[in-house]
Amino acid sequence: MTVPAAAATPPRPRPPAARPARRRASLAGLGFVLPFAVLFAVFLVWPMLAGLWASFTDRSLARPDAAFVGLANWRELAGDAAVWRSLWTTLLFTLISTPPLVAVALAMAVLTQRVAARLGWFLRFSFFAPFLLPVAVVTLIWTWMYQPGFGVVNGALQAVGLPEVAWLTDEDTVLAAIAVTTVWWTAGFNYLLYLAALQGIPGHVYEAAAIDGAGAWQRLTRVTLPLLRRTTALVVLLQLVASLKLFDQAYLMTAGSGGPNYAARPIIGYVFESGFTGLRIGYASAVSYLFFAVVVAVSVLQFRLFSRKEAE
Amino acid sequence: MRTTSTPPPAAGPGRRAFLAGGLAAAGLGLAGCGASAAGGRTPLRQWNLFTGGDGARMVEMHDAYTREHPGVELRPTTYLWGNPYYTKFAMGAAGGRAFDVATLHASRLRGMGAGTLIDPVPADLLAEYGVTRDDVLPNVWDKCVVDGELYAVPLDTHLVVTYYERGACERAGVLEPDGSLVATSGPEEFLDVLAAVKEATGHFGVVMDTTGAWRQFWSLYRQLGGEMTFDGGLGLDDDLALQALDFLRRVCDDGLAPPASDAPGTPANFQNGIAGLMFAGNWELPTFQTAGMDFGMRPFPGIFGAELGQGDCHVLVLPHRRTRDDRAVRTAVEYAAWMLKNSIVWAGGGHTPAYLPVAESAEYAELRPQAEYRHAAEDVQFDPEAWFSGSAAPLFAEANSVMAGVHNGSATPEEALARFRRAAERLIDTPEPV
Repeated sequence: MTVPAAAATPPRPRPPAARPARRRASLAGLGFVLPFAVLFAVFLVWPMLAGLWASFTDRSLARPDAAFVGLANWRELAGDAAVWRSLWTTLLFTLISTPPLVAVALAMAVLTQRVAARLGWFLRFSFFAPFLLPVAVVTLIWTWMYQPGFGVVNGALQAVGLPEVAWLTDEDTVLAAIAVTTVWWTAGFNYLLYLAALQGIPGHVYEAAAIDGAGAWQRLTRVTLPLLRRTTALVVLLQLVASLKLFDQAYLMTAGSGGPNYAARPIIGYVFESGFTGLRIGYASAVSYLFFAVVVAVSVLQFRLFSRKEAE
Repeated sequence: MRTTSTPPPAAGPGRRAFLAGGLAAAGLGLAGCGASAAGGRTPLRQWNLFTGGDGARMVEMHDAYTREHPGVELRPTTYLWGNPYYTKFAMGAAGGRAFDVATLHASRLRGMGAGTLIDPVPADLLAEYGVTRDDVLPNVWDKCVVDGELYAVPLDTHLVVTYYERGACERAGVLEPDGSLVATSGPEEFLDVLAAVKEATGHFGVVMDTTGAWRQFWSLYRQLGGEMTFDGGLGLDDDLALQALDFLRRVCDDGLAPPASDAPGTPANFQNGIAGLMFAGNWELPTFQTAGMDFGMRPFPGIFGAELGQGDCHVLVLPHRRTRDDRAVRTAVEYAAWMLKNSIVWAGGGHTPAYLPVAESAEYAELRPQAEYRHAAEDVQFDPEAWFSGSAAPLFAEANSVMAGVHNGSATPEEALARFRRAAERLIDTPEPV
């Protein structure tokens, strides 16, 4: 009795067959995503969460256990003058190093673009070469150049009748001296970005401008610079982030001391000091998170400024 | 509430062990860790912070050690002096299996966790290998004892001393007939010597690391009889501290010393003849010997009293172990004792051997210019006791940063002292991390 009824029921092989196929497809997709997802989770998400958690504990580098201390680290941070001083040092460095790093790179790129082809390789090589040097080498060279008494910089000053400057041991000059070194060292990277962008501007644009009677200066300000705007936005963003991350050259050029009266101790230097010299990982995590917030804020601000310009 | 690990997955070896393990693997390079295919040889993993002349001497000693100990596979690892080393030391020791023996400054024993990260040295085992309290200067041995237990084996004493270049000093007329620098007492006599030397060099009388003023300050402050304590606030004699700081201000202000001379610049200034005298650690000695300079050394001058100089000891320590390993401890202690007994090589680098049979040997007595200042080690002035004090420790860094201003004139001694006070009070209020 039931058999015909069952036979009458149309066989529905599709849905059960379709479901495993879909599952297979989604499994394959998951398989493709998994390696990245795992690395992302293990090396970014988890350390970030662990660091945030550590900022609420008294975790020490030299003790296996840690206790939850609530907001104690954050309260201490708010009242710690060294945090705000070093944060200001980082921001000041960013303010004084970013404009020359962008402007010098642009000038070098325009210069390279304009010189005779035979000289081009030489300029490309010499402008980019410092960027290839390791930071230890760069700081060693510049530490000697800045020496009072026998350094080449002070030698040049004295040759033109100016007094010597104790570049790295005077709290008013140490950060500027480090900024000059940084410009010499890393302008090559921005230069490369600008050079690539310049080569992407078609020649006929300049021809048209020349026919319309634009001089060299007008071609630069009315044609080249506007067409480089997107590159400039990128260079400025990358440079801001790179300058905010100041640590290695400042650490090396002040022999890890932070400079006279801590005039060249960036916030990352303070994180390093409290976390690794002072062994207080919990407190250092809190300071890092404060810095993280500042970097995000600066990046968002910069992004806003430039996207508004783009929309104009 | 004490938790064992950071939040999500508490299972497995944990982040700290992972970090320490990774670090150890990186430090040991491709050699790999654990007892490898050494063919039954006992591995001995040694960590040290010696580069330059000291590094070369340690390698020389290790070569000799390896020749005499075919059964031990010595694996030394060198890290950069100061924080780069101490950071790795703390993490390696926290991991509990990174190394078997390591060098340290005696002043950092407390800060680096004697009792938690560092295990006591079995004194009976050390005695078995011929090193007891009687074989070491008492002030040095006692520095290695924390809460009644021996935590370190002292290798040497090193301290800030006076270097003098004979050419300039001779022209200045401040040499004794035997070619040694005249002894002075009191600030005025010493300043007179500096003025004479300044005239001879045409630049300065003395050069010192103005970015490392703690060594000068502590030497002078101790000469004045100053003490520094940290129980319930900073115990510091303001008058004496100001006297010491004012001397640093005065030598620079009077043009007798450069107002700014950093760590690499100081020995270079001395070598270039910009000053005839230099205050620096005895470890700079090989630099000038290699350069073939005609120079001598004597203790830090007695400006406010006895010729006391700030200093420290290089010691060998055993890390805390997660699992007991008597064989490794025995090998490490034997190694430490061997290093002490052979420290005549080490003395070539300017350090005074801690092991008295070497320090009192005829061979050491003949070393020049070591013989001119070796007695100063008996009265070396260690940094004050606290977890944040000692070589390259936070207090040392704070002092150097604020006192540089006294040298270059950007801060008065009063301002520098007030800043130092604030920094020290803050360190006292900081919860102890070990």
